[in-house]
Amino acid sequence: MSYFTKSPWLIHYDGSSCNGCDIEVLACLTPLYDVERFGIVNTGNPKHADIFLVTGGVNTQNLPVVRQIYEQMPEPHVVVAVGTCACSGGVFRECYNMLGGMDRAIPVDVYVPGCAARPESIIDGVVKALGILEEKAKKLAEKKAEGGTNGAVG
Amino acid sequence: MLSCELGMKLVYAVLFLVLAPVAGGLLAGLDRIISARMQRRVGPGILQPFYDVLKLWDKEGVEGNPAQGFYIFSFLLFVVLSGVFFFAGGDLLLVIFTLTIASVLFVTAAYSSNSPYSQVSAQRELLQTMAYEPMMLLVAIGFYACCGSFAVGDILNSASLNIVRMPGLFLGMCFIFLIKFRKSPFDVAMSHEIHQELIQGLATEFSGRTLALIEVAHWYEDVFLFGFVYLFFGGAGLFTLVGGLLACALVYFLMILVDNCCSRVKWQHLLRCSWAVTLVLGFTNVVYLMFRMQGY
Ligand code: SF4
Repeated sequence: MSYFTKSPWLIHYDGSSCNGCDIEVLACLTPLYDVERFGIVNTGNPKHADIFLVTGGVNTQNLPVVRQIYEQMPEPHVVVAVGTCACSGGVFRECYNMLGGMDRAIPVDVYVPGCAARPESIIDGVVKALGILEEKAKKLAEKKAEGGTNGAVG
Repeated sequence: MLSCELGMKLVYAVLFLVLAPVAGGLLAGLDRIISARMQRRVGPGILQPFYDVLKLWDKEGVEGNPAQGFYIFSFLLFVVLSGVFFFAGGDLLLVIFTLTIASVLFVTAAYSSNSPYSQVSAQRELLQTMAYEPMMLLVAIGFYACCGSFAVGDILNSASLNIVRMPGLFLGMCFIFLIKFRKSPFDVAMSHEIHQELIQGLATEFSGRTLALIEVAHWYEDVFLFGFVYLFFGGAGLFTLVGGLLACALVYFLMILVDNCCSRVKWQHLLRCSWAVTLVLGFTNVVYLMFRMQGY
């Protein structure tokens, strides 16, 4: 049994967005939705995070930033793209500097559409991501059993 | 008789080793629930800290510097050791100095990485140590002046209730415990709350199992710091048990309350007010105890 689904810590990054989805993401932490009930913590530190929650699309300026955050996250991890902008570029798609949705920069596991995505659907997306996280954790454990180490003390 | 006493000490030490992480984890879970209720939220389950640590144990570790793991492991070791000394009825000075070694190891671990977040936090942690250490030493001196011994066992069996003669030291110690427990307004070096100015402070650069070890070390530390609160109620027979545990619960609750009411202060302010409290509450109390000891 893995504990990833019981204690998902996430990092939130805002790409090229209108900030509408960010406000909805933060709304999930308020007393009305209170995602801490599920052990979800907004860490702000990629090295502690299991879930990468991105809002907004990717443009030429934030491309290296998104990639760096993604690369700093230890395995296993999942990426959730929140909002139409993160899924496809949304209303900003035709802008001169836009590259498109987040999947142009990093592999995305769950897409949460909506403009803005409602807190309910964001939570739903995160729960879906937990299933994928569990699967990835299992695969990682199998790989480790085959002979890899995870480079930790203990 | 002597071997029986030694056996009891060993039993207490082993009990601490086994039970402290359980109690510490539950206290941390309770902390999160009470904090959530104070913010009109439901909050996580009481076992949440255990889930967090078990998850971190399975997660990949990223190390900027391979020495990190060693420092953190030694940090845990010294925290546990100081707790063992304490619960085995050892010398209070030894306990305090062992705990200081532990915190120095934690700071070294943070310094060993290049990340500016962790460097700045390490500096702040050193400042915090400067802020609380005088009070800790005064508490030890106060116990000696009050009970005539540094040994935890003797302090618990002192002739009269300790807190009556050391109210200033008690209040001063509770004040600096806000720093030790990493609570607002004094959580300048590390905090669990979201969106920190220094990300996660000292813990920024740790992940996976090293981070799990840090958590466990804090559980141990929390439990044995409450042991200090308990010591103030030594010397009162049955009342020691009841009064001591009640006082621990009250201090714990007040600390969460203050944590939720205050925002972080700058380190200058932290140093100023912790030294002021040490001087006014701690030092005067010790002077009073010294005069008493001379027979005035
Ligand atoms: S999906 Fe809509 S609300 Fe969300 S960031 Fe894009 S434009 Fe704003």
